[in-house]
Amino acid sequence: METAAPSTEPWIDDVQRVAQGIRRRVLDHTIKNNGGYLSQACSSAEALATLYVRVMNLGPSVAPPVPPPFPGVPKAGRDTYTGAGYNGAHAPEKDRLYFSAVHYALPLYATLIETGRMAEDGLRQFNQDGSTVEMIGAEHSPGLELTGGSLGQTLSQAGGIGLARRLRGESGRQWVYMSDGEFQSGQTWETVQALAYHGLDNIAAYVDVNGQQCDGKMTDVMNIEPLQARLEAFGARVVSVNGHDPQQLAAPAELERDGRPLFVLAYTNPCQGMPLLEQRRPKLHYVRFKDEDERNAFADMLRGMPR
Amino acid sequence: MEILSKVHARNLVAWAADKPEVLVLSADLTSSTEIDLFRNAYPDRFFSMGMAEQNMMSFAGGLSREGMFPFVHTFAVFIYRRAYDQIADSIAYPRVPVRMFGFLPGVTTPGGATHQAIEDLSVMRALPNMTVVEVGDATDVETLLDPIQAVDGPVYVRMLRGEIPRLFPADEPFQLGRARTLQRGDDVTLLSSGICTEEALRAAAALQSRGVSVEHLHVSTLKPFDDPAVAEAVGKARKGVITMENHTILGGLGTATAELMATLGVGRPLVRIGIRDEFLHGASRPYLMKEYGLDAPALVSAVEGLLGEDLGIDESDLAAVRLENVHSAAKAEAL
Repeated sequence: METAAPSTEPWIDDVQRVAQGIRRRVLDHTIKNNGGYLSQACSSAEALATLYVRVMNLGPSVAPPVPPPFPGVPKAGRDTYTGAGYNGAHAPEKDRLYFSAVHYALPLYATLIETGRMAEDGLRQFNQDGSTVEMIGAEHSPGLELTGGSLGQTLSQAGGIGLARRLRGESGRQWVYMSDGEFQSGQTWETVQALAYHGLDNIAAYVDVNGQQCDGKMTDVMNIEPLQARLEAFGARVVSVNGHDPQQLAAPAELERDGRPLFVLAYTNPCQGMPLLEQRRPKLHYVRFKDEDERNAFADMLRGMPR
Repeated sequence: MEILSKVHARNLVAWAADKPEVLVLSADLTSSTEIDLFRNAYPDRFFSMGMAEQNMMSFAGGLSREGMFPFVHTFAVFIYRRAYDQIADSIAYPRVPVRMFGFLPGVTTPGGATHQAIEDLSVMRALPNMTVVEVGDATDVETLLDPIQAVDGPVYVRMLRGEIPRLFPADEPFQLGRARTLQRGDDVTLLSSGICTEEALRAAAALQSRGVSVEHLHVSTLKPFDDPAVAEAVGKARKGVITMENHTILGGLGTATAELMATLGVGRPLVRIGIRDEFLHGASRPYLMKEYGLDAPALVSAVEGLLGEDLGIDESDLAAVRLENVHSAAKAEAL
């Protein structure tokens, strides 16, 4: 799918600037470290940028710009620590982000930098021992507050949080960012039926439908389509959009809530904005360069990428 | 012996009256896990999650992050077998105060291997941040809610329902991390848990009449397992220690006791009465207790083994087995 044409609305320019920044940062990091989750940045850049720039009602970050060292896992006698502060302080009217596609942690950290919520130096800690800026994000990682790495659990936990907030009369919404692979998991469908049954319309999920998973192309692993029809049959409200078009991405968030959980299926290209990646299909989950030549080719691509 | 019915059902309603943050989650076993009275009393705090335990456990984790106290009720196997990953990541890791009530431990149901929880204590003990308790009588059931609600973190309760005997005085409440000393003695120390305490008591008089001095403790907190009274009891037994549990001997009370004795350097034999690394099947409680060697005669044999003598105790010397009605008003179904 093609990127939307340049627009006159300033927020759209912001989204495109942030999205391009996400791609550049993730590519730069991948080149320097000879490995990274590149395709995730390609498919998610506009959706993450749209969520942060346009959709979510978040306060400014209340966390240190450079993430402090990891204080350690939750245990007796130690205060629980989460990365929620990067998305602003919790407040009854504020939204929350629950980031389920934790393999997209690198694009998320890049998003936090591009939106002024984390310092550029924060990314230097990526995958470094003793840091919270982990490769697979967990609840202590910047921008995260749940531990969803097993996949399929974040939507359920967000459901519980949404129910608790509804019981307290809070107006804030729960935005969940998911990957399409999670719809192979039974727990996800258990959750959709529960969200619909309990009328939790304060839950809204953006799904990166890039058709890719660890083993390769999803249709060669386990088919999930027709996803919209399946979700609708489970009682959800579903909008399918071009996941690289900020206006299409932002529009469903404006819909008046109607008692159903909202799923925005963002159909994306896992190579969007990085044509060199196309050569690596169908294995796009994690990119490690085959040799110096390939690495140099990607470095050339980075230098040529629009800002 | 006083027999009470639907103890938890009534107790939970009374206890939760002034606790609006206590919510109950059900997985299509509302009457079967004695939360029907709660549902009727507080419909706004009762949430039906359907036969979908993985979502239910993670959902509970989410609720508890927002200051709620989800009391999850279902058969134990559906908690720890079906949703272990969810318990680990959504509940145990973040150390959130979800209270899990797992029903049908071991031989208490004729529902067969799919319904009989035989290794729940093993797997729940193995989870960091988890507190693990098991009830043995009506007093335990009536009095455990305050102590577990005070726990800063998740709690798994191995629960009883239906007709339950009162073994312990009603005014001696369950205490977290504290065993109940039922009898003092110094030949053999017996640690029993859950329904095995009632079973062990069947042999008490016979053993006493043969001059065997038994120190008997009812253990209800499996984790943490740091009660000084238990340490003292296993340390002083002249002939050895016996554990008796309605659970596999791998990972439950017997294992915890072995770990404790090894750590303390108690160099005396330990006999672990329990399910010996095999599954149960669908049959009555007395039948299964006999078949799997969890009953009072098995205890007598274990004592004889430690003493190295035949005590000449036969079935007629033991207190009668309490027969529970398979079909009764105390249970929603015959399971």
